[in-house]
Amino acid sequence: MINILKKIIYTGIVTEKYDGGPVPPRFRGEVVVDNKGCTDCQVCATVCPTKAIVITGGEMSINHNACIFCGRCVEHCESQQIRHSDHYKLATLSGRLGDHTGKLLKERIRSIFGRSLHIRHVDVGSCNACDFEMNALSNPIYDLQQYGIDFVPAPRHADMLMVTGVVTRNLTQALLMTYEATPNPKIVMAVGACAASGQVFGSSYAVRGAVDELVPVDIYVPGCPPRPQALLYGLLLAIDKL
Amino acid sequence: MEYREMTAYDLASQAKAVCSDGKYNLTAMFANDERSMNGCFSIYCIFAGEGIFKAFKAMLSSEEKLEFPSLTPSFPSAAWYEREIHDLFGLVPIGHPDLRRLVLHENWPLGLYPLRKDFVMDMYVPEADTPYPMAHVHGEGMFEVPVGPIHAGIIEPGHFRFSQSGEQIINVDAKLFFTHRGIEKGVEGLSIELAAYRAERICGACSVSHALSYAQAIETMAHIHIPRRAEYIRTLVAELERLYNHVGDIGNLCAGLGFSVGTSHGSRLKELLMRLNERVTGNRFLRGMVIPGGVSYDITPEISQEIQKGVERLASEFVDLMGLLHHNSAFVDRVNHTGILTRHAALDLGVVGVAGRASGIDRDLRRDHAYSIYESLKFTVPVQTGGDVDARLWIRIAEVEQSLQMIRQILTDMPDSQGTLQVPIPEIKPYSSGLGYSESARGSNLHWLMIGENNKIYRYVVRSASYANWPAVTVASPGNIIPDFPLINKSFELCYACLDR
Repeated sequence: MINILKKIIYTGIVTEKYDGGPVPPRFRGEVVVDNKGCTDCQVCATVCPTKAIVITGGEMSINHNACIFCGRCVEHCESQQIRHSDHYKLATLSGRLGDHTGKLLKERIRSIFGRSLHIRHVDVGSCNACDFEMNALSNPIYDLQQYGIDFVPAPRHADMLMVTGVVTRNLTQALLMTYEATPNPKIVMAVGACAASGQVFGSSYAVRGAVDELVPVDIYVPGCPPRPQALLYGLLLAIDKL
Repeated sequence: MEYREMTAYDLASQAKAVCSDGKYNLTAMFANDERSMNGCFSIYCIFAGEGIFKAFKAMLSSEEKLEFPSLTPSFPSAAWYEREIHDLFGLVPIGHPDLRRLVLHENWPLGLYPLRKDFVMDMYVPEADTPYPMAHVHGEGMFEVPVGPIHAGIIEPGHFRFSQSGEQIINVDAKLFFTHRGIEKGVEGLSIELAAYRAERICGACSVSHALSYAQAIETMAHIHIPRRAEYIRTLVAELERLYNHVGDIGNLCAGLGFSVGTSHGSRLKELLMRLNERVTGNRFLRGMVIPGGVSYDITPEISQEIQKGVERLASEFVDLMGLLHHNSAFVDRVNHTGILTRHAALDLGVVGVAGRASGIDRDLRRDHAYSIYESLKFTVPVQTGGDVDARLWIRIAEVEQSLQMIRQILTDMPDSQGTLQVPIPEIKPYSSGLGYSESARGSNLHWLMIGENNKIYRYVVRSASYANWPAVTVASPGNIIPDFPLINKSFELCYACLDR
């Protein structure tokens, strides 16, 4: 017992501000494109493993929800117009929290959840990387509970579903039933490239696609997987606590 | 790769003959639709032993009845392989004791086999309600506890059906393959480079191991050797992967018995390693480093120094954490004699990795089938005989120490940079096949590939460590109380994603 106390006191407080952790130089964040020097060779679109790059009328656009941040487009761009920045706060709001919802209603939803947000995790076909990063949120460094946010064991206790993975055929029923079981008002977060885009493993007999093809999604958090800081950013954005 | 060819009818007897002296064991079994080449379905069996792999190719003409004598009565480890072949190819193993579905669930209609070549990738498959019976135990006072696929914690999906007599588990039946993404079919027709990204994403916690197995399979087929420095870097990230997995698993084991101080310290140490990973490869799961033909990034002197610093810090803190566990009687009481997997059962089921070594099976691909630079590293393979949660825990602890030592050796011995860290992949002879393998934190990961025209994937098979070990969880659990199941399950620490693919 005395050793346990000693270890706790010696370790001290390790909790960081949500975005306080370092971003290492090799980190591959947001894909930034300088269209000015683009020669329209379209190589980036053909080499992208998840078809996240679309070129329309010479303008190239990146769907960050589908991006796995592999760096292949950066490597293959002949005119060196593409690079990764260190920006990882890429979460976007949609659905009930998106632009088309009235300001008052949105504020009301956020104020209800802002006091305390309870989350249920639903793995609908993940590779477990996103799941492990969600687990990391509870470690003493991120300490999710300090924001009034916590994971709960059952959808009936939850305000939010954090969904990881591409929806598989075998988990479709589980996703729909979990969504049904969650009381209203509820919000859904699509965590990572699989959940947000459904494009990571292409189309196959076993895959249905992105989460928003089955249930409405309110927050998209890109990444493969999103680092814990990016997840925290998404959560705090959703409940207006940034 | 060389195969001993035979008819499917002879497979069972030939397999028995090759394993009769106990030196070889069945380590993978899968089918391939080769009707366009030779009018046959082929069933491949891979046996490991004496530092080499022996491979059988058993042909089954599509003109005949699609049946073959089952291996399962002689090789219990073939049970799941044959169920999967039955599901995905529609070949029937005659004499199999349990031909329930495995990979496909109720929603899949009868008579449709997705891994046959005439099954078009985007084909519309109607919803079905095919029976998927679970095992039951009948008797006075017996009841069932269904758990999953959505669990209470942040865990991957699987369904467990416990047959209980009070607290005692009498039987557990597992329904898995919920996260089956059809990766093997999905990569067919893709280029080697693009398929590599999917191979790396089969599982998060085994990203390096899968990328490595895949890359080595390609390099074997292409008859190329990657630069020596690249081999060192690969081994470095492979050991970093083992390290963060083992440290995280040891911490997580504390969560299985409510020892939150251990959980907190374990997760804090894991975070330290994850950040180091991000520093080394730009991704916390070490993704993007291992590619077919080499590695993407060099280890600069600064990064080497940081790894060294991180590793030494971990080493000293890890000792503290172990002290907390070792001297905690509540902890010791829960892990000792819990979830025993006997050596006999482990051998029969072909259990690999940590779980095998904890049950007295002294096997490790890094030593027995040395790949990459493992031959020139000094390390020992820890073995325990208890087969319980405690034994699996102490194997992990001993392996953490070994990994730390290996990382130190790699950083000291790494040859200087000779320019490139990648070699191009030449045109591979169409319809040649090859095996790639690596030892992940969970055990051996085998990847088998057949390349078609223009360096496109024709068939991809993944036999992960979790695939070999999952059946053991249901064998180790009966006789224990149900509150110990999470602990037993965590001590095996199997990935559902690796298994389901």
